Amino acid sequence: MQLNPTQTPQQKNPDLRSWAFVTLAAVVWIFLYNLIQPFADWLTYGLLALPQGSHLGESLAFFFYDVPKLFLLLSGMIFVISLLQTFINTQKVRTMVEKRGEGIGNLMAAAFGAITPFCSCSSVPLFIGFVQAGIPLGVTFSFLITSPLMNEVAFVMLIGLFGWKIAGLYLLSGVTIGIVSGLILGRLKLERYVEGFVYDIKPRANIDLKLEEKLTWTERISRSWDSTKEIVGKVFWFVIIGIGIGAFIHGYVPQDALTGIMGKSAWWSVPASVLVGIPLYSNAAGVIPIVSALLDKGASLGTVLAFMMSVVGLSLPEVIILRRVLKPQLIAIFIGVIAVAIILTGYMFNLVM
Amino acid sequence: MLTIKILGSGCANCKRLEQVARKVVEEMNVQADVVKVTEYPDIMAYGITSTPGLVINEKVVSFGRIPSPVEITGWLGEAQGTGGMIPLN
Repeated sequence: MQLNPTQTPQQKNPDLRSWAFVTLAAVVWIFLYNLIQPFADWLTYGLLALPQGSHLGESLAFFFYDVPKLFLLLSGMIFVISLLQTFINTQKVRTMVEKRGEGIGNLMAAAFGAITPFCSCSSVPLFIGFVQAGIPLGVTFSFLITSPLMNEVAFVMLIGLFGWKIAGLYLLSGVTIGIVSGLILGRLKLERYVEGFVYDIKPRANIDLKLEEKLTWTERISRSWDSTKEIVGKVFWFVIIGIGIGAFIHGYVPQDALTGIMGKSAWWSVPASVLVGIPLYSNAAGVIPIVSALLDKGASLGTVLAFMMSVVGLSLPEVIILRRVLKPQLIAIFIGVIAVAIILTGYMFNLVM
Repeated sequence: MLTIKILGSGCANCKRLEQVARKVVEEMNVQADVVKVTEYPDIMAYGITSTPGLVINEKVVSFGRIPSPVEITGWLGEAQGTGGMIPLN
């Protein structure tokens, strides 16, 4: 048999090697995950010899447990989510939403807004691209509202610090807020508040855009691995600082300290926390550890989630970017509708949880 | 001579893509113009819905992500191999 020099055994089935790598990584991951609690206890109470129940001991045990746990969760789950995301992009979403009217269109736009990889700097291209395709304004907004509210980092951090149930509820309410706000904004007939140049942009004739990339599993895996490294690297310090503040609150702030101002009985706490959150802008990675610690100290779930949504979902940078295509009146209505939707969601959580 | 365009309003990802592209051009030692396209009407003329976009000789090769140096090397090689002209599919 003649050996073809360009075809080594590995190249015959490169996907096999990639999957072997993934399997190995999964085994290491599970091993490490089971070591976190003993490691944190050993570090705090063994190596540093801090007394159990002391303020510093409680804070440090919390910190040493949560930091490795969150980074493991982030790297593992973001890899899986990134792998799924290699199957979807904004161009495909546009094609799928294009043929739907309002209603189903809003639902699909909000659902895809939650899962499509998207950075807020793409808000304007997305907006123009959707308008060009004749997609209703309200449907476009459904996407633009849900996408910052739900990002992979926020979702994984919620799982890590609040559990599956609350992460799921958050996902569901984020998508609902996107659908409802989009439907309302669509009804208000706001087209005249869109900057005129948006309607004048014509795409060049015969642009050759590949919608469907044919990727091998090896390519998908290596892309996901790259984006996992990038995303985790980007939020690294936010997570450390957020957990640091959360750990301090956990150890030093007395139990029930916040019941009076952020508890269920304080009806005004939901709108107040949304108002405070609008101008604040942070990465979800930094806010979630802090709100999780507040929850332990008597703040109610609806209030802290509303605060969090308004910090991550309504951000000044995104508004400034959107100002390029939306007139100030529409920006104001946009923020107003989302703020009201978040406040109602906060009350709903307080009522049922 | 290749023309490489970076489509993006100047966000962090667009700057990263420009750096990666310039580095690849340097390493491959090819003759290429790297042009930044920052105005929205010009960006949107290429029909993309998320940035950053990478255009080689007027063909959109990627958008909405930062491709790896290996991928860019492949595209540039492809474009060069056809004498700087890219066949329409």
